Amino acid sequence: MQTEQNSPEKISYIAYLIIGGFIILLLRLWHLQILQGDELRKISESNRLRVIGVAAPRGIIFDRNMVPLVKNTPYFCVSIIPHEFNINNTASLSQLLNIPAPQLHDRITRRAESPFTPLRLKEGLSFSEVSFIEARRSDFPGLMIEIETSREYIYGSVGAHLIGYLGRLNPRQSRDPDFRDVPHEAFIGQWGIEKLYDKSLRGSAGKRIIEVDAVGREIRLLYETQPSKGSDLVLSIDIALQKEAEKAFDGRAGALVALKPGTGEVLGLVSSPSYDPNKFAQGINYADWRSLSENRRLPMLNRAIQSQYPPGSTFKIITAIAALESGAVDDASRVDCRGSISYGKWHFGCWRKTGHNAVSIRRALVESCDVFFYEAGKRTGFDKVQEYALMFGLGQETGIALGKEKKGLIPDSKWKIETKKAPWFLGETFINSIGQGYVTATPVQLAVMMAAVANNGYVYRPLILRDTPPSLVRKVAVKPETLDIIKDALTGVVNEQGGTGGAARSAMTTVGGKTGTAQVVGIRKDSKYLPEKFRDHAWFVAFAPSDKPEIALSVFVEHGGHGGSAAAPIAKKAIEAYLLPEVKKKELLNVQD
Amino acid sequence: MFRIDRRFLQNFDWVTFLTIISISFIGIITIFSATRQLGDSPQASFYIKQIIWLAISICALFVIVSFDYTWLGRIALPLYITGVVLLGIVLVAGRVGMGAQRWISLGFFSFQPSEFFKLIFIIMLSGYYSLSQEALDTSRLLRVCFMIVLLPFLLLIRQPDLGTAIMIFLIFASLSLAKGLRKKLLVILVIIGMVSLPFIGNILWTGLKDYQKNRLIAFIDPQTDPTGIGYHINQSKVAIGSGEFAGKGFLKGTQGPFRFLPEKHTDFIFAVFAEEWGFLGSLFLLALYFILLIRGLDTARKAKDDFSRLLALGITFMFSIYLFVNVGMTLGIMPVVGIPLPFMSYGGTALLSNFISAGVLINIRTRRFSLFY
Repeated sequence: MQTEQNSPEKISYIAYLIIGGFIILLLRLWHLQILQGDELRKISESNRLRVIGVAAPRGIIFDRNMVPLVKNTPYFCVSIIPHEFNINNTASLSQLLNIPAPQLHDRITRRAESPFTPLRLKEGLSFSEVSFIEARRSDFPGLMIEIETSREYIYGSVGAHLIGYLGRLNPRQSRDPDFRDVPHEAFIGQWGIEKLYDKSLRGSAGKRIIEVDAVGREIRLLYETQPSKGSDLVLSIDIALQKEAEKAFDGRAGALVALKPGTGEVLGLVSSPSYDPNKFAQGINYADWRSLSENRRLPMLNRAIQSQYPPGSTFKIITAIAALESGAVDDASRVDCRGSISYGKWHFGCWRKTGHNAVSIRRALVESCDVFFYEAGKRTGFDKVQEYALMFGLGQETGIALGKEKKGLIPDSKWKIETKKAPWFLGETFINSIGQGYVTATPVQLAVMMAAVANNGYVYRPLILRDTPPSLVRKVAVKPETLDIIKDALTGVVNEQGGTGGAARSAMTTVGGKTGTAQVVGIRKDSKYLPEKFRDHAWFVAFAPSDKPEIALSVFVEHGGHGGSAAAPIAKKAIEAYLLPEVKKKELLNVQD
Repeated sequence: MFRIDRRFLQNFDWVTFLTIISISFIGIITIFSATRQLGDSPQASFYIKQIIWLAISICALFVIVSFDYTWLGRIALPLYITGVVLLGIVLVAGRVGMGAQRWISLGFFSFQPSEFFKLIFIIMLSGYYSLSQEALDTSRLLRVCFMIVLLPFLLLIRQPDLGTAIMIFLIFASLSLAKGLRKKLLVILVIIGMVSLPFIGNILWTGLKDYQKNRLIAFIDPQTDPTGIGYHINQSKVAIGSGEFAGKGFLKGTQGPFRFLPEKHTDFIFAVFAEEWGFLGSLFLLALYFILLIRGLDTARKAKDDFSRLLALGITFMFSIYLFVNVGMTLGIMPVVGIPLPFMSYGGTALLSNFISAGVLINIRTRRFSLFY
């Protein structure tokens, strides 16, 4: 029987117990902090915050009349959290998503990141697919529908070369610091306006700082900043013009560039055939991409700035200006056209075999007499013609902000010696004076030239945004009377008996213009009977209204035949669409206010 | 009863007092680090509240020390009855917080009666055991069981405050052992315990709430992680281990402020401390606790009577159990039971009740010679 129950000895036992407890704690601390310390520190370092970008709603692109050209649309994707998914359900999931079972199994089991990170299985689902999956989602734990935003291009292929398209960040871009705050999966502008102004359209992405555990699973939201919407963009183009012009091309290859003569704003920029940017915005598949990039008609080529061809008779405007300014001819001068001109053993024909008889410069432009301009070129000298061509913006980039622009070529005798190691022949003056031979130009260059003629000599850089101040490249030193003669003659081309541009005649306004036909093969034969690839290219440059020009444009139809018959009607459609009152335009576009 | 004179100051237990002040100071620093906000968000005010509570607690400690504690023995029964009634009131009218009903709101502040009940329970049990010099026999043990332990135990289970309930039971068991059991009773208890363990386990298991079950599962196998409790244990181990020998440095810890640790400023505060101060710091902190506990035992050894001795032992046991269960939990060698680390963890009521308990310890030591006051 014990009586001294809580004796000092007993308290010593308790002390030993407590000491024992401390030793256990210290051993465990030693174990964790010293023995496993390195390993656990590594884990703690990977145990960090994760910053997830939240894409801002992209700015909307409008045409010059504030008609929206794009809208932001939800882009549905289906993902799975591998950790929560029962792999035995692969077969039924494969049926639901219409992905082959082995491929699906592979995708889920070969997980790159963590089993808690959603794994993308399929993208760009339609509404019906989403509702179909949503209805059966409860059978598949871990299956989730994720929503991103993409673009819908309201007018499809209309203006596609200008507007561009969105695409996923490519690997090079995801390393680029410029795209650092762009969410990994986001769409960004990959072409055209969408690419050019991507930064301002994109806005600033929001940020979600979440904590993740060592396996990458989100634990909770720590910090969030709301995204701020991208700035809207008002383009200089008129979508009504754009749409009508593209319709007028009717699938033929070619380009149209329409400018506002007073400012250089681009009112329309067509490259035909076009492509559907919506395909890109939906995450284009490889087959579609191949068929676009390997299409022989080159739908991805922006012909308006990238194709250079001899400008044909549209170049006679330059030759005429050079001749008048240099005093080689005046408005009273007459040249007798007999259907051809001989120079040594060479024979240079006029397009009208029967000749135009005695023609003035005005009549020569109206009827596009070749012989007159052979003579005018000869009298002026081609180096002088080249000078004027360069001043009016040919032979150099126009500076339109779309990139990869072709320069075209305006030769002179020095160029000939340097590149061809041969002197310049008079015969070359003849053919280059009518826009054949070495002379080449792009549609946008000819539009700039036409605009400069229409606005009395101001060469503007083409602008693609509406509210930017005009950017004057140069004022061409040219007498107003000279340009008056030219403009009067060009009005005659469209509106007078015998004019080559009658097809552009409009009841709405007085159009002035100049046709051009660029030879593909040397034989002068009616193109209609040739296979398409040998047919001539058709050009038409125009401005309207002729007394107070509001629009200047160039139209190019590849292998279109005669400029007067192939290109002029397109110009007329574009001009008329542009001059329509706004209400009519909206009717045309089915826009509801 | 007031006796603050030169002799009192000479005998005052500065060691215990300075030890708990040091631990509390370390606690406030660690709370500051654990609750610091990332980025520009304002600093959480937890540490300021804790400083205010520390000031209140120190005052309370001196109030307690200034009274002669033997008076506690005389009011043990009314104190105990009040405590049990308060536990009952919590169940009926208490405020629910964090899944359990533990708080009584007095309008301007709310407190947890269960925090104070532990000390009341120790006083009651010490008072009762000191009535007789005899070792405990079956009938007295059963009487204690049914009259003193069972009711508050059940009330605590109902709240549910499993941590305090287990604490009450462990204090009861250890204090009974310290008091001394007859050999026959000891043998019987061991046999009964071994036989009934599976049954009691089963009854307890079915009576447990889901989160309590999960904690136990997670303790046994952290990797299975039924609801993320095992994850907490792993994160705590990562935090402590990543401190290595010298620690990451003050305010350099990541596990706490990045919220990988749950309850970082309360139950898991040791992990936050160990991450920043490493093995060296942990050694220092544990040394402080060691001083506190050994000093408590020494106080018990030197106590002037049975009641004082049992009271000092009970309080020391309470601190020990809290320390070992809490630190053991953060180290992954004890199940996750939601109990705080004494003097360190954030929590006003707990700090106050710990200071009052320490005050009683100091009181016992200070007045160990004044047998005939």
